[in-house]
Amino acid sequence: MSILVNKDTKILVQGLTGKTGTFHTEQALAYFGTKMVGGTHPKKGGQKWVSTEGVELPIFTTVAEGKEVTGANASVIYVPPAGAAAAIIEAIDAEIPLIVAITEGVPVLDMVKVKARLAKSSSRLIGPNCPGIMTPDECKIGIMPGNIFKKGSVGIVSRSGTLTYEAVFQTTNEGLGQTTAIGIGGDPVKGTEFIDVLELFLADEETKSMVMIGEIGGSAEEEAAQFLIDEAKRGRSKPVAGFIAGLTAPPGRTMGHAGAVISGGKGGAEDKIEAMEAAGIAVSRSPAKIGEALVALLKG
Amino acid sequence: MNIHEHQAKALLKEFGAPVAKGVAVFAPEAALKAANSLPGPVYVVKSQIHAGGRGKGRFKELGADAEGGVRLARSVDEVVSHANDMLGNILVTKQTGPAGKQVNRIYIEDGADIAKELYLSILVNRESGKVSFVASTEGGMDIEGVAEETPEKIHTLDIEPEDGVTKEKATAICDALQLEGVGRSDGMELFVQLYDAFVAKDMSLLEINPLVVLGDGHLVVLDAKVSFDNNALFKHPDIQSLRDLSEEDEKEIEAGKYDLAYIALEGSIGCMVNGAGLAMATMDIIKLYGEQPANFLDVGGGATAEKVTAAFKIITSDPSVKGILVNIFGGIMRCDIIAEGVLQAVKEMGLNVPLVVRLEGTKVAEGKKLIDESDLDVISANDLDDAAQKIVAAVKGE
Repeated sequence: MSILVNKDTKILVQGLTGKTGTFHTEQALAYFGTKMVGGTHPKKGGQKWVSTEGVELPIFTTVAEGKEVTGANASVIYVPPAGAAAAIIEAIDAEIPLIVAITEGVPVLDMVKVKARLAKSSSRLIGPNCPGIMTPDECKIGIMPGNIFKKGSVGIVSRSGTLTYEAVFQTTNEGLGQTTAIGIGGDPVKGTEFIDVLELFLADEETKSMVMIGEIGGSAEEEAAQFLIDEAKRGRSKPVAGFIAGLTAPPGRTMGHAGAVISGGKGGAEDKIEAMEAAGIAVSRSPAKIGEALVALLKG
Repeated sequence: MNIHEHQAKALLKEFGAPVAKGVAVFAPEAALKAANSLPGPVYVVKSQIHAGGRGKGRFKELGADAEGGVRLARSVDEVVSHANDMLGNILVTKQTGPAGKQVNRIYIEDGADIAKELYLSILVNRESGKVSFVASTEGGMDIEGVAEETPEKIHTLDIEPEDGVTKEKATAICDALQLEGVGRSDGMELFVQLYDAFVAKDMSLLEINPLVVLGDGHLVVLDAKVSFDNNALFKHPDIQSLRDLSEEDEKEIEAGKYDLAYIALEGSIGCMVNGAGLAMATMDIIKLYGEQPANFLDVGGGATAEKVTAAFKIITSDPSVKGILVNIFGGIMRCDIIAEGVLQAVKEMGLNVPLVVRLEGTKVAEGKKLIDESDLDVISANDLDDAAQKIVAAVKGE
C-alpha cells in the first residue's frame, strides 16, 4: 500500500502550458505512466497540450470542467506565485480531493485565506513551496527525480524538497525503498503538517518505518514528536529516523524557505532535535547518514 | 523586508493610527529646522537603524558613558547636539552584533506625556495559520523576556480572515491591555486600523512596543517596527520604494538581483546548493567535519546557467572563502545546467581555491559528463558525505 496517491490517481495540471508545468508533466508521464489526464488554462480551453514524445492532453478552461470530463481526483499546481492562491481555491471549489501546490513564493496572507477555505472543505492540500508526493513505480506528482526511488517500506515526510531527495536516495541505497514520499513544503502556513502525514503512515500496513525531516522555524517538529509519544501510549508506533536542518543557521535570518527562521529564541534546531529524540526518533546529525540511522534503528 | 521606524509611523498614520508628530533628518544641519517645526518643549531624538535595543545601545565613537541611540531633549539646542552625536556614528545594540550599524538618519519626534506603556503586535501565527494579535500590559521592555518569565501576561488572539477584527475581538484586546475610558474607545478604532494596514500591505510583523497611554488617557503609537512578506512585495511598489539598501549586505543585494537566496556568514567554505533545506544541511555537515560555512546560498528551482555564474561570482568575491562546495540534488534543477554554469564561471573568473562538485538527480549523467570532460581542476564527489569530507580536507590542505 501507499498513502494518498497510487497507480489509479488521475491528475490535472494547473499551469500545464508553462515551461515548468510542461517539463514536469513529461517527466511524470515517463514515470511508470503516471495518469496525467489534462491541464487547465483560463484562455486555452479546448486546445491540446502535446509532449515532445507526442502524448496529447486536453486543456480545460476550469478545474471543475476538467474534473467532470476526466474524473481527475488530484491536481498539481505550477501556476506562478501571484495566481497560486486563486488556483488552489479553484481546485478546492471544484472539490478536488488532493491538491498539490509546487509553486514557491506564495504570499503568506494569501495562504491564510486559502487555509480558511480549506478548513471548510474536504480537500487536502500539500504545499505550497513543496516538491510534491511520490509513490514509487506508480505515481509521481511534482518535481521529485524519479530515478532515485525504489518500492519499499519507508514512509518519508519532509519540510525541505532537496532533503526529501536525500532521504529517498539514502533509503534506496540501504535497500529499504519507500512506500510514499511527501514534501510538505517550507512555508509557514501550509496545507499539510507532519502530524497529518505521520498519522497516515502509522495507519498504512506496508509502511514499516518512517523518516521525518524538519528544519528550523516554528514548532511543527515538536508537535509531531508529541503526537508520536501520544500514539505510542495507545500502542501505535513505528521506528522513525530524522534530521533537522539549520544547526548552524544564525537567529533572525530567514534561510531561503519563508518558514525557516529562528525568531524570538524559538524554532532552533537543538530544541527540535531534543523533542524528537524524546519521542524515540533516531536523529542523525549528518544529512548524509539519515539512511544509516534508520538501518541502525531497525537492527536495534 | 524591513523599514525604518519613521517610515512605519508614516504608513500607519495613513491608516488613521495616532502617532506623534515627527521629522526624519539625514544631516545634522537639518536638525535645527526640524526641531523648530515641532511644538516642543520636549523632544525625542531616535536613531533610525534596522535593529532593536537602540535606547540601551552605545555609540562606538562616543564611549560607554555617552547616552544611547534614543534620547530625550528639553531644548532645540539639545536636539542639535544629539543629532551631531548620532549621525554618521556607529550604534552597537543587542541586535546589531559587535560590528554595530552606522546611523544615517534620525527621527526627531514630539515628546509624549507617558502614563503607561503597553505591548501590541500583529503577526502570522504559523500554528493556527491565521493573523494574530499579541497583547500585553508589559510594554516598553524586551517582550521575549516577558514571555519567558511571565507568560500569563501575554495574550494571543487569532483573527478569522473572513471576519477581520470584530467588535468582540477588539473588546478582547482592550481587556488584555486593561484599557479604560478614552483609551478603550481609541483602542477599538486603532486595532481595526492596524489590522487593515497589516493585511493591505502584506506585512509579516507589525510590532508596537510601546503602545502608550498618555496622561490624558488617549493612546499613541510610540515605536513601530514593521516587516513585510518578501513574497508579496510584487503587489506593493510603494513599499518597495521604502527599502534602505544601506541597511543590507552588499553581496546579499547583488544575490537578490539574480533571485538567489544568499546570507553571508563567518566561515571559510563557500556553498552553492539548490533548495533551502539542503543548503542549511550542507552548512551543518561542513561544521560536523570541523570547518565553518562562509555563506548560505540557495540557487532555487528554475536556475539558469547565468544565475549559477552570478552565484559563483558572489561566493568567490568573499575574501574569506578558502574553498567552494557545490551541492546539487536536482528535482526542478537540472544537473547539466548547474554544470554548465559552474564551468562558465570558472572559465570567466579563474579558480584560486579548491572546488568540490557533487551532483545528483535530474540529468545527473549529463551534468557529470560535462564536468568530467572539462579540463578544469574540479574535484568530483560521489555523495554528500564524500563531498563534505573532500572540501574540508582540501581547505585544511590535507
